[in-house]
Amino acid sequence: MKNDSLLIKNARIIGPAAGIEETCDILITGGKISKTGKNISAAGVTVINASGLIASPGFIDLHCHLRQPGYENKETIATGARAAACGGYTTICCMPNTNPPLDSAAVVSHVRDIAAREASFITILPVGCITEGRAGKELTNMAELAATGCIGFSDDGSTVSNNRIMSLAMDNAAVLDLPIIDHCEDVDLSQGGHMNEGWVAVRLGLKGIPAAAEDTIVARDIALCERTGAKLHLTHISTAGSVQLVRDAKCRGLKVTCDVTPHHLTLTHERVMNSQDDPRSSLAYDTNARVNPPLRSPADVEALIRGITDGTIDVIATDHAPHTIEEKLCEFENAVSGIIGFETAFGVLMSLVHTGKISLNALLTCLTTGPASILKNGAGTLNPGARADLTLLDTGYEWTVDAKEFFSKGRNTPFDGCKLKGMVVATISGGFLAFRHNSLRID
Amino acid sequence: MSLSEPRPGTATRETLPNPSIDFWKHRHVLDLDDFSREETDLVFEIAEGMVEILDRDVKKVPTLRGKTIATMFFEPSTRTRASFELAAKYLGADTINLEAARSSVAKGESLIDSLRTLQALEVNAIIMRHPCSGAPYIAARNLDTSIINAGDGCHAHPSQGLLDIFTMRQQLGNLKGRKAVIVGDILHSRVARSNIWGTRHYGMKLVLCAPPTLMPHGLPDMLEKYSLNHVTLEHDLNTAIKNADIVMPLRLQKERQQSGLISSLREYTQGYQVNAARLAGAKPDVLVMHPGPMNEGAEISPEVAYGTRSLIEQQVTNGLAVRMALLYLIAGGKSR
Repeated sequence: MKNDSLLIKNARIIGPAAGIEETCDILITGGKISKTGKNISAAGVTVINASGLIASPGFIDLHCHLRQPGYENKETIATGARAAACGGYTTICCMPNTNPPLDSAAVVSHVRDIAAREASFITILPVGCITEGRAGKELTNMAELAATGCIGFSDDGSTVSNNRIMSLAMDNAAVLDLPIIDHCEDVDLSQGGHMNEGWVAVRLGLKGIPAAAEDTIVARDIALCERTGAKLHLTHISTAGSVQLVRDAKCRGLKVTCDVTPHHLTLTHERVMNSQDDPRSSLAYDTNARVNPPLRSPADVEALIRGITDGTIDVIATDHAPHTIEEKLCEFENAVSGIIGFETAFGVLMSLVHTGKISLNALLTCLTTGPASILKNGAGTLNPGARADLTLLDTGYEWTVDAKEFFSKGRNTPFDGCKLKGMVVATISGGFLAFRHNSLRID
Repeated sequence: MSLSEPRPGTATRETLPNPSIDFWKHRHVLDLDDFSREETDLVFEIAEGMVEILDRDVKKVPTLRGKTIATMFFEPSTRTRASFELAAKYLGADTINLEAARSSVAKGESLIDSLRTLQALEVNAIIMRHPCSGAPYIAARNLDTSIINAGDGCHAHPSQGLLDIFTMRQQLGNLKGRKAVIVGDILHSRVARSNIWGTRHYGMKLVLCAPPTLMPHGLPDMLEKYSLNHVTLEHDLNTAIKNADIVMPLRLQKERQQSGLISSLREYTQGYQVNAARLAGAKPDVLVMHPGPMNEGAEISPEVAYGTRSLIEQQVTNGLAVRMALLYLIAGGKSR
């Protein structure tokens, strides 16, 4: 696997950054893109026959949970990274809700050490906590976290409810020039809720989480962003209201960006009630569709898709959230929230391309240059001289999701058993093959 | 119709009802949303025969002899469990009662494990109550044993819905054009939800009345989604109660005040208590029902609860008959 040089022949290049789309060859040497062009030949290199495949910059995930330290029964940095590579990701940003949380330089360094030792085949970037212990009370040493390599700050899983604390965090983040990545949820409104508020929740007798629980915090965050000048990134937004608020904020020139998950783009709250194949029970109460924020209404899904097409939404992030079987094989109300996403993201998202809802270019933008421009680390491009992070894609490959086959320890996906069209065939990170599908042709 | 008049019933004292149950397809009883008119009528027809049996001095029949019925209650209940247990015993079944709070569940055993143990003990049906909505569905999906839902969270309470409608029919005959009002904490009520489904076949009007804070957001959408046009929502009880044939207040739980859903018991009783003055706005022969347990002085005044219009004790007896009918259909009708 360790080859110094790699030549990819006849790939269709879609580089949203460069705005090019053509069939050509890519030569990789020394971990960097050496050149791209027609009919490149080189001696003594490994040659990948990429006819019929698309070469995209490696995918970047701004939001995932690797669970280490503390919850190694759900996932480890190594298993999560394997799953990410399988899903086409060359850079992933892990959220700090571990145990202990990433609220100190020591824990962040620990995570980076494990990543360097056990998962160096892709790039793992930590997100630091906004507050100590994610408790929403006292700010972390944000400068030290930044110096240790954190690419942004988040108390993901919780919102910093106290407006003053959040405003102070944004003051600090503005000076550090790093984004505040907020999970927007007013807990007073969402308290005790299990799924989206609406007719399905009433039907199932489950307590609803209103869209307003998200919208109110999005509005607050935007107001604080305006006050502080910080970069605000709203993660896993799920409502039509959020999309509109972000659209307005962008029109006003505020430094607001946002991401959405593959499941919020493709599933509605009805998925909680109707599972794929469940003839023995009329109502599914499918705990694999329990996620926070919850799967929303069809109108919300439409608004999110419109947000992608008009550029309001910058990024698609997986919110890969692995859990154990036992944590999901229980009553819906007692099940933990979360859906794994790495290994299904591309196939699931391609359904939006195949049905004409979004363009392939828009999709790849949200998976590459969108997140890269928030990280500002030079990723997301196939230009010569760039680090050789790229993903080879077969957009027509049909397959059926089998969660048992995942690299991730998690099996908690509502897409298990789904027929998808679109497959990651190879993931190359820093010039090395981090993942190859068995259909990849190497000469 | 007075309560002492003979009830319509078809079975003789000697025989169990023997209607055709070939079209009965339910392995489980989870809610009334998948009950057709014919199936609901069948339950009622059999229950009428059970009412006859309950009038006997010796109530026990051998229909379920050799069968074992388990009750597994994950939340406290006296009435419903006693009703199911007695129903099983009158049909000759052996019963086993597990109170989950005191059993291995308290030791951290999962729902599925607890139920699998029961299944391994070869019981014929499990009657299950659980504080979480949907728990019986998870059980039904993971077990081969028949599950009867005796109440799950805020979701469903099918045997209660059936006994309510059975009681209405017993008193009023044809329910076409009749108006029933369910008033109270609709937000948390599995009784109201099961009655929404159960009443849809009978040409009657069902009005759900609650303060705005105890009415679920999303209920109008759900009614529209399933074309449940017989149901209307109303916040004013005096309006709702006009021309009502049946009024059924729901228990108001004290926690609702603590969580801010109502400002005070005083406010609630002012607006929503079913008492004599309020009933004056309904039909003169209006009947009062209550799924129990009652909070006298809160959602219902004692003079109404124990007055001549009250069917509350009748509901308890009918509950037994309806549950016998369900057990007969699930565990006794034919081998499955």
